[in-house]
Amino acid sequence: MTLRTRLVRLGSDVLLYGILIAVSAFMMLPFVWMLSTSLKPADEIFGFPPKLISLRSSFESYIFLIQNYAIFRILLNTFFIAASSTALQLIFCSLGGYGFAKFRFPGQGALFSFLLATMIIPFTVTMVPLFIIMRNLHWIDTYWALIIPWAANAFGIFFFRQYILSISDELLDAARMDGANEFAIYWRIILPIIAPGLTSLGLLSFMGSWNSYLWPLIILKSPENFTLPLTINSLTGPAGRTIYNVQMAASVISVLPLLIIFIIFQRRFVEGIQAGAIRGAG
Amino acid sequence: MTGTTTIAQSLPVTEKPRRTLWREIVKSRWPYFFISPFYILFAIFSLYPVLFSIYLSFTEWKGLGPIKFVGLKNYSLLFKDSVFWDSMVNGVMLFFIYVPLQTLLALVLAVVLNSKRVRGFQLFRTLIFIPNITNMVAAGITFRLLMNQENGLFNILLGMVGIPPVPWLENVWAARISLGLLIIWAWLGWNMVIMLAGLQTIPGELTEAALIDGASHSQAFFFVTVPLMRQVILFALVLSTMGTFSLFTEPLVLTNGGPMRATTTPIMAIFGQAFSNFRFGYASALSYVYFAIIFVLTLIQVRLGGRREA
Repeated sequence: MTLRTRLVRLGSDVLLYGILIAVSAFMMLPFVWMLSTSLKPADEIFGFPPKLISLRSSFESYIFLIQNYAIFRILLNTFFIAASSTALQLIFCSLGGYGFAKFRFPGQGALFSFLLATMIIPFTVTMVPLFIIMRNLHWIDTYWALIIPWAANAFGIFFFRQYILSISDELLDAARMDGANEFAIYWRIILPIIAPGLTSLGLLSFMGSWNSYLWPLIILKSPENFTLPLTINSLTGPAGRTIYNVQMAASVISVLPLLIIFIIFQRRFVEGIQAGAIRGAG
Repeated sequence: MTGTTTIAQSLPVTEKPRRTLWREIVKSRWPYFFISPFYILFAIFSLYPVLFSIYLSFTEWKGLGPIKFVGLKNYSLLFKDSVFWDSMVNGVMLFFIYVPLQTLLALVLAVVLNSKRVRGFQLFRTLIFIPNITNMVAAGITFRLLMNQENGLFNILLGMVGIPPVPWLENVWAARISLGLLIIWAWLGWNMVIMLAGLQTIPGELTEAALIDGASHSQAFFFVTVPLMRQVILFALVLSTMGTFSLFTEPLVLTNGGPMRATTTPIMAIFGQAFSNFRFGYASALSYVYFAIIFVLTLIQVRLGGRREA
């Protein structure tokens, strides 16, 4: 290699790493500031020069949240809603995917096209009547309203149908010969094979529910029933009066569980997103 | 004689399909049972609301008491509703502020990470993706803190290199750009992951061949990679378009739709009519017009994007 090409190579490497590091730093900065602010005493939040770590750091704002905002209850609410909604979605979507992938029945084509078409309906159009239904069912301020309407979705069924199509029919036929009924086949053969898909979609729906804001904002009224995003926003005070360290502590509590889950299951997470995109684009 | 045999023969033929169809349906009870939860839930919680919403859009209703039929009044009011139309225009402006930049950046980052020229693929992908798992209330408030005009970290950092304080959230255009910045922060990694999936479906030899034939890296990028990635880019663009118009939490938390409604999105406008003013009929009419516009926009994008394919 000549010196010139080496220099060009070095230059472009520096540029590439420079871009990647700059973008990554921008991505991490808000998390660092969130954590740093949550540990600061109130009078140092806007102090100059800004400090990353205050000498008077403490868990005071976390303790404040435990004592005044029952933050463990809120954490449990959010977890309970996300977990139940995820469990139901996984059962109904994988069953639906199995039905479409491994059976031939009258009306199948039309039902499947209809299923795909439902994905274009924006939530905005159903928002008002859905609220009225929830009121008539007396589901306002309950978790039913956050779980049941979203217990099955078209994307999930589509996702599992693609997944189950690749399972060989012989395997299922062999089980049928042994006298297994269709539900037993689903439970004992299909579910174990699609386990990675269950993890992928499960992670996405858990995250979706955990982070959702608009619908819980419409439904939940009492502060003790809130989910984390609602509690965080309720901590916003009148202009200039917001206790930012407390609000940032609540934000850390809302982000940390998902961050841990993401780091453990990163591969499945990314697979779920990519599978959806490739199928959506293809 | 021949006539009777024909009738006798044709009788079972006409009856058979109906009986076999019924038999087929009974035989298929398992798959029907498996797919039924979706259709039952859809009928109650989506189909009925969609239809009820059409009816409501021709009425005036505060959510309580009698529903008053008013014909096309909501729709004629809507055409003069500057809050709603401004929110649609805000959506368009926001789209141009961040979507082209985000898509290009996502594609470039994906190509760089995919090229195996840099080490730490996994680490960079993780760091760039992580903001996507954050709830937008926490993210919005953190950005509000960072973007505080007097004491926010952004302005302090800019001040160190001699740049005067930026009114991130106080000025109409600055607020729109700041909102775009928050959305890029949250969604760049997601778009990058999508692009990475797309890159894995195109053979690496094609780009290499172009480079060997003397193309520069940027030529290979624009004339080989981008055309091959057409479908994936289109998918990302369509989702970004729908996402932009349906933004809610981000502008609500970051700017509360201001200053001077510069960051009020269509969903915020519809939400306000429904749940602050309790004009359920009017909000329904707005939501349908919104749906129609988004639908046409998506259709145009798909047509334009898929043209060369067809």
